[in-house]
Amino acid sequence: MLKILKYSFYDLIRSRWSYVYFLFYLALGFVLLFLNNDVSKAVITLMNVIIVLVPLIGTIFGVMYYYNSREFTELLLAQPINRRSIFMGQYFGVAGSLTMSLALGLGIPFVLYGLLRSNAIFDFSLLLVTGAFLTFIFVGLSFVIAISNENKIKGFGYAVLLWLFLAVVYDGLFLMSLIVFEEYPLDTFSLVATALNPIDLSRILILLKLDISALLGYTGAIFKKFFGTDLGFLVSMAILLLWTVLPILGLGHKAKRKDF
Amino acid sequence: MTIKIKDLHKKFGKNQVLKGVDLTIDEGHIYAILGPNGSGKTTLIKSILGMVIPNKGQITVLEKPIKKDWKYRKQINYLPQIANFPPNIKVKELIHMIKDLRNSAADETELITLFGLEPFLNKKLSTLSGGTKQKVNIVLTFMFDSPLIILDEPTTGLDPKALIRLKELIQKEKAQGKTILITSHIMQFVEEVADEIVYLLEGEIYFKGSIETLLEQTEQTNFEHAIAAITTIGSHA
Repeated sequence: MLKILKYSFYDLIRSRWSYVYFLFYLALGFVLLFLNNDVSKAVITLMNVIIVLVPLIGTIFGVMYYYNSREFTELLLAQPINRRSIFMGQYFGVAGSLTMSLALGLGIPFVLYGLLRSNAIFDFSLLLVTGAFLTFIFVGLSFVIAISNENKIKGFGYAVLLWLFLAVVYDGLFLMSLIVFEEYPLDTFSLVATALNPIDLSRILILLKLDISALLGYTGAIFKKFFGTDLGFLVSMAILLLWTVLPILGLGHKAKRKDF
Repeated sequence: MTIKIKDLHKKFGKNQVLKGVDLTIDEGHIYAILGPNGSGKTTLIKSILGMVIPNKGQITVLEKPIKKDWKYRKQINYLPQIANFPPNIKVKELIHMIKDLRNSAADETELITLFGLEPFLNKKLSTLSGGTKQKVNIVLTFMFDSPLIILDEPTTGLDPKALIRLKELIQKEKAQGKTILITSHIMQFVEEVADEIVYLLEGEIYFKGSIETLLEQTEQTNFEHAIAAITTIGSHA
């Protein structure tokens, strides 16, 4: 598996898109720091970008890579290599190179600006960690969708729909249910509903760490009570980890049974 | 025997592609797997390679059942039908990479000279023409020393010179006692290289035997016409 990972990773970091992605974050980091002139504020703005963009890029890259390397995958399948290793290697190659672009692209401007001397370093690391989680989750989901759909257009469509659902539609449904059921106590419901969506969970996690939860009013207090504690933090991390592991298991399961 | 297939069934959705194939492939011969489009040739080959998972039946390669195994593929060199490689790497790197992945000794220098690929070694695969890609594909297949060689449409895109080299290469491997499976639609090529014909029709083996037997049974003098007339044979081989 490590060999496949190595080659997928090299193949990707040499492709133009990895550079584009890296340069985008590099530019974004510099521009935000220049405009805000403050590390903490830049982290908040970045969060809004990362929470939506990272899953989208992960989804699109994952689907594109899977379909583009189909013939090469077939070449590998005829070699004495375990099937699982081929797909796991490709998955970690894609997710790893995207995470590296993210971490380097944002890390370089922030470190140059003096992140290491500021007290926002923990917030910034949390941002990168959730960014990495979101990358692994969405690349995994997109691989599962791609391996289940022979038809490229269909696979692409489903993957983008999934992103749209989790990034946009889910919030809408969530808000609507809050309004419809406002007569009832919704604390537990909103906690659970937030935890079930990796994008929402990441957002809340970062917001609470940034100590701006007071802006969220009563709900914020409840969220703070749960997610703000060490236990809540660990539970959220565990849920993100679960979100990462489930697609990987699904990928392994699908890979074992698929005909090429 | 090198390969033994028993009662192999494969269905893609509603489409029953293989309907109980029984086949034994003996060591040291060249077999041509023929049949009209959609008769299940590639599915049969991919089942042997473990790329397609059969619904029913057993396949044994070199005395070992292949189900849930992957190490047996070390004994097989496979030339896939369409050569499409990762675009961002160079020919040299691809050869190195496959060697690294297979983890076995390989001799590619002679093959590279044979097909005149030296000028392309430092070029990226995306810049190569179809025929050159196929040559790279052939080098990747023949550089390992394995007892079983499977070639899916090996002649695609090759110029006459390369085609002659390929035929010589196949004969050389045969002389070393290797077993070779070939699919091709170029009947002249098949006639020149194959010892045995396996003719698939609608997912079953319709004929298996030597070219002479085929000519006799179909009462034809020309191999190409014999293949075309094969469905007129009443008895199954």
